Amino acid sequence: MSANEVTRRGILGSAAAVAAASPLVGRAVAAENGSRSEKGSAMIPIELTVNGREVHFQLDPRTTLLDALREHLRLTGTKKGCDHGQCGACTVMLNGRRINSCLTLAVMHDGDSVTTIEGLGSPEALHPMQRAFITHDGYQCGYCTPGQICSAVSVLEEIRAGIPSHATEDLDRIVPSEAEYRERMSGNICRCAAYPNIIAAMRDVAGETQA
Amino acid sequence: MKSFTYERAASVEAAAKAAASVQGARFIAGGTNLIDLMKLQIETPTHLVDVNHLGLDRIERTTEGGLRIGALVRNTDLAADKTVRRDYAVLSRALVAGASGQLRNKATTGGNLLQRTRCPYFYDTRMPCNKRKPGTGCGAMEGMSRSLAILGVSDACIAQHPSDMAVAMRLLDAQVDTMDADGVARSIPIADFYLLPGDTPNRETVLKQGELITSVTLPKPVGGTHVYRKVRDRASYAFALVSVGAIFGEDGTARFAFGGIGARPWRTQAADAAAPHGARAVTDAVLADARTTPHNDFKKPLVERILASLYRQQEERA
Repeated sequence: MSANEVTRRGILGSAAAVAAASPLVGRAVAAENGSRSEKGSAMIPIELTVNGREVHFQLDPRTTLLDALREHLRLTGTKKGCDHGQCGACTVMLNGRRINSCLTLAVMHDGDSVTTIEGLGSPEALHPMQRAFITHDGYQCGYCTPGQICSAVSVLEEIRAGIPSHATEDLDRIVPSEAEYRERMSGNICRCAAYPNIIAAMRDVAGETQA
Repeated sequence: MKSFTYERAASVEAAAKAAASVQGARFIAGGTNLIDLMKLQIETPTHLVDVNHLGLDRIERTTEGGLRIGALVRNTDLAADKTVRRDYAVLSRALVAGASGQLRNKATTGGNLLQRTRCPYFYDTRMPCNKRKPGTGCGAMEGMSRSLAILGVSDACIAQHPSDMAVAMRLLDAQVDTMDADGVARSIPIADFYLLPGDTPNRETVLKQGELITSVTLPKPVGGTHVYRKVRDRASYAFALVSVGAIFGEDGTARFAFGGIGARPWRTQAADAAAPHGARAVTDAVLADARTTPHNDFKKPLVERILASLYRQQEERA
């Protein structure tokens, strides 16, 4: 894609940025301490490390971590699907563990570290799981993909860490298997049903990293 | 979401005091159920007391040889704990049968116990629900009740308790340890922790306003073979239609606790006493007072079939 090509993301992003009209990353703070949001909630100062970068903002306590990432930091890779923890499109890593970012409040995470799809890799230096999703065609529309990839990376780490699942036969011996991947990925829904290819991508990466 | 104020509590005592002193205050731990309900304005707390930073995230041996599980231990960590896997395997099994990997990473031991007993009509704010809005009636009674409870139900509410973990806790005779706003601690046997719906399905536990769960204590291990069998509409990430936690002793005795069928995690002395007589006897004992609807009467034969399967599996092991 050429640099001056108009993209949907670019239009949406710039429109929202104008509406928000505040600097959002770095040391900048979006509102004065003690100020109030439109609906009257007291704003609360938050410091997060997002993809290795320290960010500060003032947030209405109702702001979910998902909305803080998307609407305040413009990290729109993380998707809002159901917004109720059922679909997994919002999956990010919080202090190294995958969670549904839609079901937690940003104010609860002052001082925490978040890794989003943007922090896993970049177009120039893809994470092995991102590359494997491309190689194995692990998506169609792509909306669930950032959540699927964050979950898939975490699943391999959880198996390595000895965390059992419903598919684990012997609680003392957790062996990577297709059954384990399928069970552990059940919190990520794909309406295009790319599941077999997602599993293929995970098996590929597990083989690479365990070799 | 309705607007609310927020504070991060600095101590158990301060948390309990804060929650007791503000009308409409709620504790927040993992938040996976509370925030979901707040988005739908089914829960509308005026003030949230964040209890995530109180050091309640440890698992320790008790002097009696049991295990004290901090209220903030995440479901993932509890399921993965070496002692739990070895000595209380039914708890590990029940935990990993519940929710999704993402939710288990966030959900806490205390919060899992306190997730709302709920049904689709509780979630649908256009429908009447005695639990959500006391006195408005029950949409489920004459509606779609396939997933709902058949034990401990009342004319006001037939919602089933959704937790898998709590079934294992009931099976293991856990105690729920709390502290109230006056700094008074108490231990509540899990058998007494949940209220039946009766005329007040909006009240689900014996906890007072501002009373904080600090830990859940398990007695010393009872040995035996631990199993947790969950039957649901899909293979993963769904509530139980029926689940059975069981510990089989080597002498033919057994104990059972049931999920998906009760207004609270269900266990009866009669069912445990019937254990030497097999699946049919246990089923008859546990379901003696069952009250079904045309939609959920399939749960009765399902209970027996699960038990028969567990007995058969146990015989094969022996």
